[in-house]
Amino acid sequence: MSYSQFLSHVCMPHAVFLQLKTSSKSNAGSSLGHCSKVPRNVNLEKLRSGYLFPEISRHEFEHLQKNPNASLIRLGIGDTTHPIPDTITQAMAEHVRGLSTIQGYRGYGAEQGNMALRKAIAGKFYQDMGIKADEIFVSDGAQCDISRLQLLLGPNVTVAVQDPSFPAYIDSSVVVGQAGELEEETGKYRNITYMNCGPENNFFPDLSTIPRTDVIFFCSPNNPTGHAASRQQLKQLVEFAKANGSIIVYDSAYAAYIRDGSHRSIFEIPGAKEVAIEISSFSKFAGFTGVRLGWTVVPEELKYSNGFPVIKDFNRIVCTCFNGASNIAQAGGLACLSTHGYQALHNVIDYYMENAKILVDGFESLDLNVYGGKNAPYIWVHFPGSNSWNVFSEILEKTNILTVPGRGFGPAGEEYIRISAFGQREQILEASRRLKVYL
Amino acid sequence: MSLMNNLSTSMISSSSSGFLAPISFNSSRTQSVTVPPKIINIVKCVSTPQEQQTTYKTKVSRNANISKLQAGYLFPEVARRRAAHLLKYPNAQVISLGIGDTTEPIPDVITSAMAKRSHGLSTLDGYSGYGAEQGEKALRAALASTFYGNLGIEEDDIFVSDGAKCDISRLQVVFGSNVTMAVQDPSYPAYVDSSVIMGQTGQFQKDVEKYANIEYMRCTPENGFFPDLSTVARTDIIFFCSPNNPTGAAATRDQLTRLVKFAKDNGSIIVYDSAYALYISDDKPRSIFEIPGAKEVAIETASFSKYAGFTGVRLGWTVVPKQLLFSDGFPVAKDFNRIVCTCFNGASNISQAGGLACLSPEGLEAMQEVIGFYKENTKIIVETFNSLGFKVYGGQNAPYVWVHFPGRNSWDVFSEILEKTHIVTTPGSGFGPGGEGFVRVSAFGHRENVLEACRRFKQLYN
Repeated sequence: MSYSQFLSHVCMPHAVFLQLKTSSKSNAGSSLGHCSKVPRNVNLEKLRSGYLFPEISRHEFEHLQKNPNASLIRLGIGDTTHPIPDTITQAMAEHVRGLSTIQGYRGYGAEQGNMALRKAIAGKFYQDMGIKADEIFVSDGAQCDISRLQLLLGPNVTVAVQDPSFPAYIDSSVVVGQAGELEEETGKYRNITYMNCGPENNFFPDLSTIPRTDVIFFCSPNNPTGHAASRQQLKQLVEFAKANGSIIVYDSAYAAYIRDGSHRSIFEIPGAKEVAIEISSFSKFAGFTGVRLGWTVVPEELKYSNGFPVIKDFNRIVCTCFNGASNIAQAGGLACLSTHGYQALHNVIDYYMENAKILVDGFESLDLNVYGGKNAPYIWVHFPGSNSWNVFSEILEKTNILTVPGRGFGPAGEEYIRISAFGQREQILEASRRLKVYL
Repeated sequence: MSLMNNLSTSMISSSSSGFLAPISFNSSRTQSVTVPPKIINIVKCVSTPQEQQTTYKTKVSRNANISKLQAGYLFPEVARRRAAHLLKYPNAQVISLGIGDTTEPIPDVITSAMAKRSHGLSTLDGYSGYGAEQGEKALRAALASTFYGNLGIEEDDIFVSDGAKCDISRLQVVFGSNVTMAVQDPSYPAYVDSSVIMGQTGQFQKDVEKYANIEYMRCTPENGFFPDLSTVARTDIIFFCSPNNPTGAAATRDQLTRLVKFAKDNGSIIVYDSAYALYISDDKPRSIFEIPGAKEVAIETASFSKYAGFTGVRLGWTVVPKQLLFSDGFPVAKDFNRIVCTCFNGASNISQAGGLACLSPEGLEAMQEVIGFYKENTKIIVETFNSLGFKVYGGQNAPYVWVHFPGRNSWDVFSEILEKTHIVTTPGSGFGPGGEGFVRVSAFGHRENVLEACRRFKQLYN
């Protein structure tokens, strides 16, 4: 099958398809036709490769080309697999049918989101934390919100990220112009502070070694390591931000996976409202990876150095660069937060976490050091002394299992592999079997 | 009806949205809102002085680009006035011909496809997670064949999105801060505002009501709403919308040929906004790619919003031809793809299912009916203003009527119409200094409301 047919089958990006087809043009543009006089954005030039997950897809494609009969198990890209509970899709279908009626038709919604949904999010997740519906901005997902926040913050802020971390923080930082060039030797972009997170520091940076930055991206439960920060760690983080006058962008996309009572929201920490923005998503919580729904909390108390409320500028960005999440997705979101919906979704999460347990047990039985898998659907496996892309390739070659090389999440991800726990139970069991044999 | 009741209801249109955020900043959630007797043109967001001394501030500087913006985005401002008006006259039958929001139900053939997709997500076979960020293949193919059939635009030149407004900002992110841009004057405010946010502009110059470093291409009745390109300075990017929001003018083949030549000679990139193309009633081009050579100089953005009533469903697309290259030969599509993969995660799969149904033969026919309905509204509005002796533009190829009020301040006219007839319109100056002296009347609305609005216009202006 052709690459484009493959992509349609697995619904993955065309990033490298475009690369393969047009690479010849980029070298000889002027001889092939008109070139504009518009200079390419130097920030985009700084990006060295495609975004991580399309790169994983490319490897998948190539593997399938060579091994067309391979029974591939996908534990790479963290894509949900379980059908969405009926109660939620029924709400969406009902809303949709309403759009064909006079009473039920809705045009433009509030860019900040449907007020009923904003209230439901406030009530469900931020009860007793003093976060109001007005401080919640509904979106089409955390990845999009990260970029909108970067547009908000602009090119002249400095950022810190965990190392390893979800690639969108770094990539969006480069795109917006906050970062310098990529240093080949270290694999780090200049002007970004990388906060090492590993087993040796309990996956929490030693803040005494971290220089001040304007913005600190922090994800907990963490993608890719699976670590959920403790109250103590979060208090330290908030104090650090307060002492430095920094803004934390707290990614809580996996909060629903917490099993051990760790904090779900940064706003459970006193003082956080003055220093933090929280982003979150229905993707992993509700299987909405394709439906597209998330939210960002910007407390009114969060102020720029001149006293101007950050929320006002974020609102301006949302009104100018966005036009609201789909009202259908929002109807689904509301159903997710009903008692029935919420319970049904937690059953799905339990299912994924049972998958995670199977995978963790499997790796542990091989005497490998395994992290995560307890408060997040990701397992972070250490292969000391290894090159993670090599391990990724070997696992793919020898067991037909897709994973994600830790290096894709930052230099400190080297030697690690991320295994995601989404998938059908039989596949997880089969994957566990294959890994035990191979490893 | 109290303010909070009125404005906090769940599915209220965006008209009140911008209002909701600011009201809580003044900390008092009182019911009374002072409506100033004089309507001021410029609304500034300033924090209340007493808060600055007592509350904690971070040490993060506010983004200087955003601080250049003079007021809220235009349409939330209009919504704010509408809401304030409703406070003053709680029993008024306000008719909204301001924000161009669709009002008619979506045809069944489209919603049934979306309902089916929704239900399917609850099944093993029908469940889908992340989709391709560029959009579902079937939809991209259908867009290519429906709109660009014989124009040499292929499926993989098309990027499905959650709407043109979002695409405009993503395009700005692709271009970055070091490009210059030109816009029509007047124009849809998102081009200018996104340019300011990206850092492409200088400060707002109050005397001329323009941002420094943007080339404003005046479009007036005198020049047939097409700029005199011989007076336009070279810029890297040229935003061009046809049929035009707000003037309703649709560019001729000849005009677009000149525009393409201008872009080619200058090495510029046209961002062509074709969101209203299906409203064209005559033989004006519907796509920039109908013009030979356009693929080397243009990007086209489009939307299902005004065709299928998808303003809330959220679906659009952008075409970036493979032939479009930066000055170093690098394909623009590659960078756009990278942005789409990094800053976006695809349009909602349910919306995309709806989009595919829109492009079925039955769907296309159904969309044409809805478009026809709005066009009939437009005709009624045009006739009304004509009969009252106004000079009226647009309305032929777009759902907007551009009414001239010579010598008058457009926010004043807006206020007068609102005050005296309870009709919301959009003041022309909100679209740029070239809009001063005009008011945009949009033709979306239930027929009874449009007819009633026209009755009231006749009463006011007779």
